[in-house]
Amino acid sequence: MRPVLYVLTFLAVMSLAFWAYRENYATQQALKDVSSLNREIASLREALSVQRAEWAYLNRPDRLRELAALNFDRLGLLPLEAAQFGTPAQVSYPPDPLQVLEPQDLRPGDISGEVGEPL
Amino acid sequence: MIRTPLRPLARILEARAKGENPDSIERENRRLRHEAMRDKARNRAEGRLLLLGLSFFLAFSVIGARMGLLASTQPMEPRAAATGAEILNQRGDITDRAGRILATNLLTHSLYAHPHDMVDPVRVARELAGIFPELKEEDLVKRFTDGRRFLWIRKKLSPEQMQQVHDIGDPGLLFGPREMRLYPNGRLAAHVLGGASFGAEGVHSAEVIGTAGIEKALDARLRDPAMAGEPLALSIDLTIQAAITEVLGAGKTMMNAKGAAAILMEARSGEILAMASLPDFDPNDRPAPLVEKTADPGDSPLFNRAVQGVYELGSTFKIFTVAQAMELGLVNAQTLVDANAPMRWGRFLIKEFRNHNYGPLLTATDVIVKSSNVGTARLALQIGGLRQQAFLKSLGFFDPTPVELIEAPYARPLVPAKWPEITTITTSYGHGLAASPMHLAAAYGAIANGGIMVRPTLVHQENRPQGERAMRPEVARDSLSMLRQVVTRGTASYGDVVGYEVAGKTGTADKPNPRGGYHHDKVVNTFAAIFPASDPQYVLIVTLDEPVETSGPQPRRTAGYTAVPVAAEIIRRTAPLLGLRPKVEAPAVDRVTAVRN
Repeated sequence: MRPVLYVLTFLAVMSLAFWAYRENYATQQALKDVSSLNREIASLREALSVQRAEWAYLNRPDRLRELAALNFDRLGLLPLEAAQFGTPAQVSYPPDPLQVLEPQDLRPGDISGEVGEPL
Repeated sequence: MIRTPLRPLARILEARAKGENPDSIERENRRLRHEAMRDKARNRAEGRLLLLGLSFFLAFSVIGARMGLLASTQPMEPRAAATGAEILNQRGDITDRAGRILATNLLTHSLYAHPHDMVDPVRVARELAGIFPELKEEDLVKRFTDGRRFLWIRKKLSPEQMQQVHDIGDPGLLFGPREMRLYPNGRLAAHVLGGASFGAEGVHSAEVIGTAGIEKALDARLRDPAMAGEPLALSIDLTIQAAITEVLGAGKTMMNAKGAAAILMEARSGEILAMASLPDFDPNDRPAPLVEKTADPGDSPLFNRAVQGVYELGSTFKIFTVAQAMELGLVNAQTLVDANAPMRWGRFLIKEFRNHNYGPLLTATDVIVKSSNVGTARLALQIGGLRQQAFLKSLGFFDPTPVELIEAPYARPLVPAKWPEITTITTSYGHGLAASPMHLAAAYGAIANGGIMVRPTLVHQENRPQGERAMRPEVARDSLSMLRQVVTRGTASYGDVVGYEVAGKTGTADKPNPRGGYHHDKVVNTFAAIFPASDPQYVLIVTLDEPVETSGPQPRRTAGYTAVPVAAEIIRRTAPLLGLRPKVEAPAVDRVTAVRN
C-alpha cells in the first residue's frame, strides 16, 4: 500500500509542477498580449485623432462653401432662408393606396374550393 | 560577591609594625575598587555601542541593498494594472457646442542634430538648405562645425519633409516626436482660440502651451491630465460663426471699413454663439505682434476688436439712461421730456445730429427713436451722477468683462476719473465712457433677459446660476419696445428683417485723435440688436471701425447706413440657422395641397 501512495504522491507533485510551469508561461504570454493590445489601442487612438483632425479639416466651412459654389450647377445649394420654414399643414397627405371598386354581383362559378380555403 | 575590605587588618598591623602610614593601604584599595567599577561600566557601554552600531549597519545595508536592487533592474510599468491604459493627448481638444473640432493635436516630428556624429556636415547643410528654404547653408555649416554637440534645426516637420531628411541619410540628423496643435478651421474663430506654441522642450517631448485667447485663459484646464480625455466644449457654433464671419467680411469690404467685429450671444444664458473680429489671422501660423512703439495695436490682426476694442459706444448708451429713468420712476414711456436743442450747459453746447432740433418736447420713447442727445442729457441730469454711475456699474461698464479670454482682463473700460455734471451729460449718450462691444452685449443681454444680468461666457454649460437683477421686468419690456420702434420708425430702419422683429439701437462715435480731440471723418459705428422682440433670445452687436458708405452723392458715416445693414444681413443669414421660425406668414409655396380629404 505504501509504495502506491509514494508513487501517487510523486505523480501528483510532478503534475502540479507541470501545471505551475504551464500556468507561469501562460501568464507571461497573457501579459505580453495585453501590452501588445495596449500598444495597438494607442496607435489606433492616434490614428483616430489624426482622422478626426482630417475630417474636421475636410469639413471646414471655407472648403464646404467653395465646394457648394463649384457644384452649384448640380446641387444648387443656397443659404437657408426664413421663407423655407414650413408648417405641418404644408405637407401633403400621401395618395390613398386603397382602390374602391364598384360593387358587383358574384356568380356561383366565381366561388370555388372547399370550406376553409381562401377564396 | 565578596567585598574586599578597604583596611585589611593583617596588612594594617604589618604596616604599623614597619612604621608606614596605614592610610595609604586604604587609598590603594579604594583606587583598585574604583578602577574595577570603571572597567565594568566601560565594558557595558562598549557593548551597547556595538549593538547600536550593528543595528544601524544592518538597517543601512538593507536600505542600500534595496536601492541597489532598484537601480540595477529595468524600470517597468505595472502591467497588470494597465487594463484601461490609453495614450491620452497631452492637451485637451477644443470643440464647438455641437462637438465639431476647433482645435486638436497632431503627432509630428522635430528635427535636431548631433554635429559630432555627422559624416559630412557640409553636404548635410547643403541638402537641408535645399529642403527648407528659410535655412541658410552658410549658417548651418558654421553651426555644425563650431564644436557644439547638439542643436535644434526645426520644431515641426511635415511627413514629406521628414522623408526628405531621412533620404539625406546622415546619422547626425535625429527626429524627436512632437505633439502639434492644429486648428482645422483655419482663420475661423481665430481670436477666440488664440494660438499655442511649445513651452519647455526636450528631445522626446515638448509641452504645448497656449499663447493667447481661450488657449491661454484656460491653459490649466486644457493641460489637466485628469480631463485630457474630454474635450472642452465652447459655446461657439461653428456654422453660425462661419456665416457671421462671411457676412461681416463682405460688410467690411462694402462699407470700406478698417475693421469689424460682431458678437452673437444667447440672451438667457450669456453663451456667445459667435464672436468675429476682422482682420483676422490663422492661429496655425500666428503672426508676430507689432513691435514699433508708435504702432496702434488696433492695426494688428491679432487685435480682438470684440473684446479689446475699447471705444466710446455712442448713442447705444441712451437706452440705459432712459431705462434707469424709468426704473427710478422719473418717467414712463410716454412722459414728455424737454428736448429743445441746442442745450447750453456752462460753457458747453449740447447739439443734436446735424444741428437738428427734435423738440421742444419729446416722449421718452421718441428720445430713443430719434436718438436725441438733449433729451437724454435732461434725463441724466434728473437721475444725477452718483445714481448713473451705480447703474452703469451694475451693468458691468466699470470692470473688464468676465469672458474666458486672456485679453479680457486687460481690456478695462476707460472711465472718467471725475464725474462732474458735464460727464453725466456726455456719458448719458455714450461719450466720455469707453467700453468694448462685449460690455455692450452683456448690458443689452440684461434688457433682453427681462432685467436680469447675464454673464457673457465662451464655455458651453447647462444650468447656469441666475444673475442679479439690474432693472424691473416692466422696465426691460418697455425698453425693448422702444428699441423695437427704433427699427420700425427710427434710425435703424434698414435693420428690419422680415419675420424676426429686430429691436436695436444705433451708435456713431467719433474716434479720439491721439494728438487730442476727435477725428471728424473717422467714426466707430455700432448697432446693438435684440431679436426677436416678442420673445428676446439673441443679442447681436456689430461694430464697424472707420466705415464710410459711398453709394450716395456724399459719404455717409452714420451707423444707420453702415452697421445696421450689415447686422440685418447677419440676422437674415443666421436666424434660420439658429432654428428661429419667422413670426409672419412665409411667402406662399408654389402649390397648395389639400390638407383634408
